[in-house]
Amino acid sequence: MTDTALHAHDHGHAHDHHDADHKPGFFQRWFMSTNHKDIGTLYLIFAIIAGIIGGGISGLMRAELMHPGIQYLPTWLSYLHGSDVKFDDALHFWNVLITAHGLIMVFFMVMPAMIGGFGNWFVPIMIGAPDMAFPRMNNISFWLLIPAFTLLLASPFVGVGAGTGWTVYAPLSTYGEPGPSVDMAILSLHLAGASSILGAINFITTIFNMRAPGMTLHKMPLFVWSVLITAFLLLLALPVLAAAITMLLTDRNFGTAFYDPAYGGDPILYQHLFWFFGHPEVYIMILPGFGIVSQIIATFSRKPVFGYLGMAYAMVAIGLVGFVVWAHHMFTTGLSVTVKMYFTAATMVIAVPTGVKIFSWIATMWGGSLSFKTPMVWSIGFIFMFTVGGVTGVVLANGGVDDYMQDTYYVVAHFHYVLSLGAVFSLFAGFYYWFPKISGKMYNELLGHLHFWVFFIGVNVMFFPMHFLGLQGMPRRYPDYPDAYAHWNQVATYGYMIMFAGVVIFFVNIAWSLFAGKKAGDNPWGEGATTLEWTLSSPPPFHQFETLPIIDGGDRH
Amino acid sequence: MNRNLRTALLAGLGVCTMTGVGFASVPLYRMFCEVTGLNGTTQRGLRAPGTTGEKITVAFDSNVSPKLPWKFAPERRADTIDVGGRDMAFFKAKNLSDKPITGSATFNVTPSAAGKYFTKIQCFCFTQQTLQPGEEVRMPVIFYVDPAIQNDPDAKDIREITLSYTFYPVDSGKTAS
Repeated sequence: MTDTALHAHDHGHAHDHHDADHKPGFFQRWFMSTNHKDIGTLYLIFAIIAGIIGGGISGLMRAELMHPGIQYLPTWLSYLHGSDVKFDDALHFWNVLITAHGLIMVFFMVMPAMIGGFGNWFVPIMIGAPDMAFPRMNNISFWLLIPAFTLLLASPFVGVGAGTGWTVYAPLSTYGEPGPSVDMAILSLHLAGASSILGAINFITTIFNMRAPGMTLHKMPLFVWSVLITAFLLLLALPVLAAAITMLLTDRNFGTAFYDPAYGGDPILYQHLFWFFGHPEVYIMILPGFGIVSQIIATFSRKPVFGYLGMAYAMVAIGLVGFVVWAHHMFTTGLSVTVKMYFTAATMVIAVPTGVKIFSWIATMWGGSLSFKTPMVWSIGFIFMFTVGGVTGVVLANGGVDDYMQDTYYVVAHFHYVLSLGAVFSLFAGFYYWFPKISGKMYNELLGHLHFWVFFIGVNVMFFPMHFLGLQGMPRRYPDYPDAYAHWNQVATYGYMIMFAGVVIFFVNIAWSLFAGKKAGDNPWGEGATTLEWTLSSPPPFHQFETLPIIDGGDRH
Repeated sequence: MNRNLRTALLAGLGVCTMTGVGFASVPLYRMFCEVTGLNGTTQRGLRAPGTTGEKITVAFDSNVSPKLPWKFAPERRADTIDVGGRDMAFFKAKNLSDKPITGSATFNVTPSAAGKYFTKIQCFCFTQQTLQPGEEVRMPVIFYVDPAIQNDPDAKDIREITLSYTFYPVDSGKTAS
């Protein structure tokens, strides 16, 4: 519930205490950190760096795709491997780019920012806890990401690069691409997975055991609910991925044949295992975004969120049903009609709790006293984008339609609308919403709005034409295409350029705000912001809630 | 034991369970395919149940792994048979190399909905085959199509089933999972 903090008897202004702000020295503070806020900051910085790299790679991809033919790939590859570049290797380099873009954005940008960044920063504060349950484990979670990311980034320098796609399908990943690159990418996934599993255990323990007195599960802010559900999804899905890619590694290097039909294995089994992880994974990426948007919409509507319990249990339902729909990613692998019917129907069922959320956000705004601050416009943008992506998702959920759409740009458009525009919009919304709390400085409202509009126009110009390309049959994962697809590909690349300008505005805004931003008060958002982080100073004291806040026992839903 | 440790251990148990489920899915998936005919996994039987008068065409498809220097082809491209009746088809394999080589064949049928009803009584694919240099052999497969196929709404309209084999070299270093 979002209005709990108003009833905290002890507002926990720990900056009154002299020892609360005692910070260790630079090295100890940032490299041996056990403080959830510092680790959250590290995660956010990491995610921003990974986002620059992953977004830069998509710029390379859009540049190559701007015109038919192969323009830049051989040149780019020659920067990596010297001037003697074979044309086929240049084409393989395209596969390396798409693989890196997917893995970086999923595992090193969205997940660290959502869960590691905002989750670490605000889950303990929102439930009135002094820190995470296992601060040292929190530290390991973050620092496992560094070698994971290094392995992935180093892989194209050691061999030809991992060009398997982010799905790492067998048999391409087993005997289709020998060499150390794919092994390094797989190990990178292992480490990133271990990091997330440890983080998930930490969040579950923190949320179950360390809530302040009176903070019942049904009073927790929706962002905490979303992270709790996400943590369970991570806990149950990632081990299956770990098992699947471990079998890939042994198939590659140790003579097993789990996925090799020559010895009784089955490559389709890999797809089942991967998507048993992969589908919950897409909810792992979006659920915390749902949580962030719920907080922001309520704050800037000056109303408690509409249908709090419905919102919380809609996320539970999405998480549960998300585990039994995986084969809708595999409609063209020869599933029987009955199986396709089940997966079609089960997938469409997810639209129901998702619709509950969309309509509840709208109902929260309805009759509210709206103020269109930057976080709010990003959140409304999120609702619009996510709805567009959700609608194309319902189209793709049809087993029959998907036979035609499978692996076309329509799919690319769909998942970029829900992730690149959905998840990323919620990240920007959360960033602007909590930037004053994290940094103690106000961001620039004008630049924030400008960032929103330029980015909004850019991504729509980039991704909307991909629907047309997909319906015309343009397959994904190719660096070249027939001339018939030239027009909309060129438009999409212009969209990337506009979006890029938006990102530049974002960084200008960060830099300007950090150096010249107005000082932020404890609660810059007014009466709508009712969660506990707004009862603390901005930035919060190094250790908050040395005396636990007491949450009012009254039911105020 | 304090509460945090207990919660964390329970969560860790969940992680271990799911890791176990991930690996256990290998045999479970194989069993599931055999029971349901998923992916066109064929069945094994002892004797044909007797003809029903319905006709069905079985086409034969053969493939050889690039790593195996064999020629491998069916003697006839297709047989039209009685549903429920026994049929025998022959495949010819020849070792084109100058070394004895052992191979084994994998198999499936399309449409995959027919896998549940395509029953083999005897097949060269049940065992490994060793061919001497230049040796050519005729290899039989004895099978029938289960009449129950006529009661399956997904499969009753199937008029042609393709039985496909792929021969791979048997590499003594690799073990079947």
